[in-house]
Amino acid sequence: MLNISSWNLRSWVNMIVLVLLALVPVLVSWSGNEFYLDIATRLVILAMAAVTLNLILGYGGMISFGHAGFLGIGAYAVGIPVYHEIYDGFLHFPIAIIGSATFALITGMICLRTKGVHFIMITMAFSQMVFYGFVSIEDYGGDDGLVIEARSEFGGLFDMENNTTLYYFCFICLLATIYIVRRVVNSRFGMVIQGAKGNERRLQSLGFNTYRYQLACYVLAGAICGFAGALLGNFTSFISPEMMDWSRSGELIFMVVLGGTATLFGPLLGTTAFLLLEEYLPHVIDLVYKGGGVYWQLYFGIILILVVLYMKGGINGFLSRREGSK
Amino acid sequence: MDTTLLAAQLINGLQLGILLFLLASGLSLIFGIMDFVNLAHGSLYMVGAFFCATITDWTDSFIIGALLAIPATAVIGFLVEIIVVRKLYQRDHLDHVLATFGLILVFDTTTQMIWGPDGLVVPLPAWLDTRVTLFSDIVLPTYRIAIIGVGLAVAAGLWLLVSKTRLGMRIRAGASNRDMIGALGVDINLLFTLVFALGAVLAGLAGMMIAPITEASVGMGNGIIIVAFVVIVIGGIGSIKGAFAAAMIVGLIDTMGRSYLDSLFKLFMSNQNAETSAPAISAMLIYILMAAILAFRPQGLFPPKGR
Amino acid sequence: MKKSLIGLVSAVALLATPAVAADKVKIGFVTTITTPAGAMGRDMVDGANIALKHINNMMGGKQVDFIVEDDGFKPEIGKQKTDKLVKQDKVDFVTGYIWSHVLLASRKSALANDTFMISANAGPSPVAGKLCHKNFFSSSWQNDQNPMATGEVMNKDGIKKAYLMAPNYAAGKNMTAGVARTFKGEIVGKDLTKWGKDMQLDFSAELAKAKAAGAEAIAIFYPGPAGPAFIKQFDQAGLGSSMKLYTMFTVDALALQRLQKANLKGVLGSYNTMFWAPDLDNAVNKKFVADFKAKTGRYPTHYAAQSYDAIMLIKSGVDAVNGDLDNKDGIRAGMKKANFPSVRGKFRYGNNHFPIQDFHLRQVKADANGDWFVSYVSTVTKDHQDTYASKCKMK
Repeated sequence: MLNISSWNLRSWVNMIVLVLLALVPVLVSWSGNEFYLDIATRLVILAMAAVTLNLILGYGGMISFGHAGFLGIGAYAVGIPVYHEIYDGFLHFPIAIIGSATFALITGMICLRTKGVHFIMITMAFSQMVFYGFVSIEDYGGDDGLVIEARSEFGGLFDMENNTTLYYFCFICLLATIYIVRRVVNSRFGMVIQGAKGNERRLQSLGFNTYRYQLACYVLAGAICGFAGALLGNFTSFISPEMMDWSRSGELIFMVVLGGTATLFGPLLGTTAFLLLEEYLPHVIDLVYKGGGVYWQLYFGIILILVVLYMKGGINGFLSRREGSK
Repeated sequence: MDTTLLAAQLINGLQLGILLFLLASGLSLIFGIMDFVNLAHGSLYMVGAFFCATITDWTDSFIIGALLAIPATAVIGFLVEIIVVRKLYQRDHLDHVLATFGLILVFDTTTQMIWGPDGLVVPLPAWLDTRVTLFSDIVLPTYRIAIIGVGLAVAAGLWLLVSKTRLGMRIRAGASNRDMIGALGVDINLLFTLVFALGAVLAGLAGMMIAPITEASVGMGNGIIIVAFVVIVIGGIGSIKGAFAAAMIVGLIDTMGRSYLDSLFKLFMSNQNAETSAPAISAMLIYILMAAILAFRPQGLFPPKGR
Repeated sequence: MKKSLIGLVSAVALLATPAVAADKVKIGFVTTITTPAGAMGRDMVDGANIALKHINNMMGGKQVDFIVEDDGFKPEIGKQKTDKLVKQDKVDFVTGYIWSHVLLASRKSALANDTFMISANAGPSPVAGKLCHKNFFSSSWQNDQNPMATGEVMNKDGIKKAYLMAPNYAAGKNMTAGVARTFKGEIVGKDLTKWGKDMQLDFSAELAKAKAAGAEAIAIFYPGPAGPAFIKQFDQAGLGSSMKLYTMFTVDALALQRLQKANLKGVLGSYNTMFWAPDLDNAVNKKFVADFKAKTGRYPTHYAAQSYDAIMLIKSGVDAVNGDLDNKDGIRAGMKKANFPSVRGKFRYGNNHFPIQDFHLRQVKADANGDWFVSYVSTVTKDHQDTYASKCKMK
């Protein structure tokens, strides 16, 4: 992969995005606008969630409409201990991973018995249950959400309260996630997952228990997404059930599709494009038509429809076609 | 247990179920025949309510407002089908979910641009704004009874349409075997457009009927559409009968949960906790029901035959 | 690809623009512009703009830069917008905040950055008590205050059995607690209903419960679009004959516009309590209400009035230091005096920076043009201070 002469347009764009992300804190200190670091941190964390969603949705063909539920579980795994004045990150993150993995295992066992649109609906149902579950817990803020007073502590190893440190920690985690997904996808396990997406019966007749493979994949994605949720809780210092609403899961799906499903860097590109649109579309509209920025969601919706209708394969697919026509 | 209260709540649950049925039946037809997941179905519910509110305002008559809003909503349904939805039938569910998610944003924002953030009030005519007394001590608003009446009439009409007419035959054929209707030489495009518009009208009708109770407001369809999806999954996708049964079940569960769950919770929780968690848990009940149905009967309660 | 490239380029371009240290007073305003609650946010922005017009957009000899952000009725978005205002726009003050849960989520973002935060509506109990902060001020009230006044009115009316209803969020819980604190009769039932973007608007089940519980009165807190919906259904169910309806922050100019349109005459003559009324007799209020009506063609709500006061409060702070925005102590001391022309008349600040103020009984009447509005009747409690002030460690 490091043989530059063989790089295509896609690799270049991916590399540019990664380099820019690596340089964000430098750019931020240069511009003096700390808010860019906020955007970048949110981007990196959500990209991590999108990468895990892509593993099941893109490679595995399991269209989960409840992935935001894992993000929420992870974030509450930080919020609840901190509420009880337990600040140890070596506790928060394992709780996040184990909690979301357990949830993925239990719900996955049920969800994976269904196919197609039923799978979409049942994953949504389970995340709505978690949503209402947290709404119902008065002690942890209920519908109002929970302010996370302090960030996870890592016993002097590094200081998450420092925004730049937190950012780099998230960034490294994102790279690690992409690496893990790459290894998984290219392994025999990954071949079975991808094969099951195309023709499940054939794989079963070859003696593979596709259900078990898919379940393992679902749990892996859920666990890493829970980890991302713990980062999100640390970053936003606030968690509310709203963060796992079905519309949030819909946004995650959009990020994956926008970038290109079943591609390694697609979710990152998609998340980048999504957040930049969300952040700057209102300003751009305001420049063209003063006061129109409030209605940015109209244009966002239109873009969404156009992407689905005319941009097959998302940004990554577009880049590939550009190469093809070269 | 207070039987008057129970009876009143049963009727309230029935009324909610009727509204859910109107939404879910259209959704289920569209889903069953075109295999199309339409998240934006709730937007048509909103559009119906806003049309009805506006025309009621112009004409000072809720009845005229509702009667004129029905064809107006159908037109919107036609347009949406022709401009966007038609291009999506050949795509997978993922694309449906995303594109119609985009449609929701378009509808909500456009509605706010046209009508502003204020909701629109729909005044009832005096003869509907009264009370009826049932079984000597249950006092209910006449209008809620009217909703139930209209809903049952529409359900009956829909049943007649689907089971007794040519169009209905094609719809049934489509719901149980999509490839067959093409072989029968039916103009599929036209059939699909008609079904989509029919669904839009049913959703719009539900919106119109709820508007005098609540109001026409931006995004009013987004919460209820997810519940409507739960209904069709429980009932069996493509089945009108299933949609009806499931809508009643869900309507009753929701209302009964809101009515009795907090008293139940108070038996083993502090008052404050019971009061805050009861509404959330009662909202959760229908998802639990749906997950259970899917786990044990993946095709729903009444799957269309031949699937 | 093009899109993402343009995005990247524009991001880099924006990064390249260095932050200009403008010599202006920067005020960020976080409120709800979209969703059905958007009408409340619009009223707040209109109220603030009237204030800015009255002061010629100047504070302490400096121009005011007024930036409005939409919280979308979600705590998380409200917090993000507060972060943006504080870190990117580098505002000196953030204000607005309709919703208690949005305020609670956002407060740290502003206060940890040494930015003044002025709530122009929400007054959740923690912020008045143990989370009170030297740089936090309220231009409205603490959530429990008005309900406590309502509880007193219910006592005076001889109500023995009451039912309470409110949305299930921070303010709803405060409001019901507030009524319970002063109401001497029995509370026979309470419902907290789903809130947020897809709030519950059909209350048939709850109304049936209230009736079955044998309540003589029902006290509700439903701000925004839920209020008119509730009152309509209360009327449609014919409960007015057996149950008295008490409202808190529910019957305001926005609700009355809708109720009048629905021709719900039942609400005419009904009472509620508030710290302010559009016809409260003082010169500042008269000018505010007249200008607001001239500009928008409708009566202002209390949201607009509080936003007007928020701007005036900020001005009093900035004026006290002659525009030296780095002198935070001076600004704070200036604001603490509550020495500005308030639409509610004279009031002072408690140790927790919440107003110690009067609460009035108001009645819904039709004005000379036939428009419905809430009119001042009498003063229920004088110099009322919230109960959480004692839990605040500030002096």
